[in-house]
Amino acid sequence: MPQVSLTVNGKRHTVEVETRTLLVELLREKLGLTGTHVGCDTSQCGACVVHVDGTSVKSCTFLAVQADGASVTTIEGLAAADGTLHPMQAAFREHHALQCGFCTPGMVMSAIDLVNSHKERMSEAEIRHGLEGNLCRCTGYHNIVKAVAAAQEVMHGRAQAAE
Amino acid sequence: MNLFEYVRPASLAEAIAAGAAPGAAFLAGGTNLLDLMKGGIARPSRLVDLTRLPGLGAIERGPEGGVRIGALVRNADLAHDPDFAQRFPAVAEALLSGASAQLRNAATVGGNLMQRTRCAYFYDPASACNKRDAGAGCAARGGERRLAAVLGASEQCIATHASDFCVPLAALDAVVEIAGAAGTREVALEDFHLLPGATPERESVLAPGELILAVRLPAAAAAFARHARYLKLRERTSYAFAVVSAAAALRIEAGAIVEGRIALGGVAAKPWRARGAEAVLSGQKPERALFRRAAEAALAEARPVGDNGFKIELARRIVARALALAAAGTPARLPALPASPFAPVPGGPHG
Ligand SMILES: Cc1cc2nc3c(=O)[nH]c(=O)nc-3n(C[C@H](O)[C@H](O)[C@H](O)COP(=O)(O)OP(=O)(O)OC[C@H]3O[C@@H](n4cnc5c(N)ncnc54)[C@H](O)[C@@H]3O)c2cc1C
Ligand code: SF4
Ligand code: FES
Ligand code: FES
Repeated sequence: MPQVSLTVNGKRHTVEVETRTLLVELLREKLGLTGTHVGCDTSQCGACVVHVDGTSVKSCTFLAVQADGASVTTIEGLAAADGTLHPMQAAFREHHALQCGFCTPGMVMSAIDLVNSHKERMSEAEIRHGLEGNLCRCTGYHNIVKAVAAAQEVMHGRAQAAE
Repeated sequence: MNLFEYVRPASLAEAIAAGAAPGAAFLAGGTNLLDLMKGGIARPSRLVDLTRLPGLGAIERGPEGGVRIGALVRNADLAHDPDFAQRFPAVAEALLSGASAQLRNAATVGGNLMQRTRCAYFYDPASACNKRDAGAGCAARGGERRLAAVLGASEQCIATHASDFCVPLAALDAVVEIAGAAGTREVALEDFHLLPGATPERESVLAPGELILAVRLPAAAAAFARHARYLKLRERTSYAFAVVSAAAALRIEAGAIVEGRIALGGVAAKPWRARGAEAVLSGQKPERALFRRAAEAALAEARPVGDNGFKIELARRIVARALALAAAGTPARLPALPASPFAPVPGGPHG
């Protein structure tokens, strides 16, 4: 069986996998990081989004062997060691951007990549377009868009994080 | 998903040799192939991972002003490359109207060209499908045909090609660089995908073991930069494949169209270049009546399958609208948010 060496949330791991093991299976089943969810398993819903080398990908359509040598960040890797939330997490809490929470880990990971790749302030339309790969069945998206709009100000140093 | 052998070739020659074996498939971003494998539609016995091959990941400006895009360039990186988006805005717009941010982060140029159809029966192993299983029959023929091809379809297959990216590439005379055991060759993007005819299982000119090295756009394609758009109509306002789409590019001098380019998506098994419609535009003043005439010419040979005649009229309207948007000018901020078919047309009433 192939071996995969990768860094997940700053920690090195070397794991034996089947060739067909998906990255999301490696994360959830081998490393016990169950914060990354599986909704559709067909690359549609975005519940499984993680960062691979800093950009968002759907980990249900990504082989574990493709992540060999990569640095992966999951929702568990966002908050500081003392529990201080990432500004995006704080904004989701502040703006009630989640209800059942199933889509939230993927939504937060996608939103962070979106803001990181847009230094200029995004309009509401741009935020909505940027999050089209993440489906939420509860919130109607409205508060998610508000949270991302607020978090972009904090992440680009234009405002303070929500308490 | 079936078990398979996974190989990571270090050179192009190794990749070509490994990919030529029966049952082998190339893996790039995996966003299409892995979904097909999960559904049991594709069952390769060996995956040849191209993503670590050197030299296929660059966007290079050619000496005369064209561009060469390596097969492994990610869809997102290409769309957000400022120089590329400035010079080939309709291509960036098409990329950004396809899939979603995370998929574009993984999807590659080569994989986008080679993506399989979205025909629902192709995805259902219980349905007969000539593309999946040559000679088995076509369940779509007597089934749900709303989205079927209206140009170039055959008795054996009525599926469409799903790529947005390929549509402006066809309009702008892109060329595909191919490598195989016998060396390299070039094919116009317009000739790269095959119409189904009696062999719908053959979708492109690639032979087993051949792979895409790069896609090139000629310098002349950049001359349309000020008037080039891509417009996509879907069944919802975002994150869906095209019902129909169009790329329109114009060169306008002293108030007249010197040259126009039009290609359509979602209407055939390949991106559909509408040369007859381009001829209608030449030398004319850009205005609504002309755009409607060009649109009529673009769909002149279209034939409905079952009751999907609505697609033909929608395609005409999307062509006319894309031309009106192109005439009004490329947006200043690039890459632009993809055009909406529901926004008012510049210089004309809604509709
Ligand atoms: C939910 C969803 C929505 C989507 N929506 C859209 C959309 O709206 N518009 C759109 O255009 N696309 C859309 N796509 C499709 C997406 O663009 C393709 O999946 C993607 O471009 C494929 O690229 P890849 O690198 O991931 O290819 P892979 O999945 O790795 O490969 C796809 C095919 O290409 C072959 N291949 C890859 N690279 C090469 C090469 N260099 N030479 C020869 N063969 C090669 C592989 O063998 C395989 O057969 C969507 C996909 C998903 C999952
Ligand atoms: S239209 Fe083509 S892809 Fe769809 S079922 Fe028929 S043969 Fe298969
Ligand atoms: S579980 Fe990966 S996109 Fe839905
Ligand atoms: S909060 Fe329930 S799916 Fe989004």
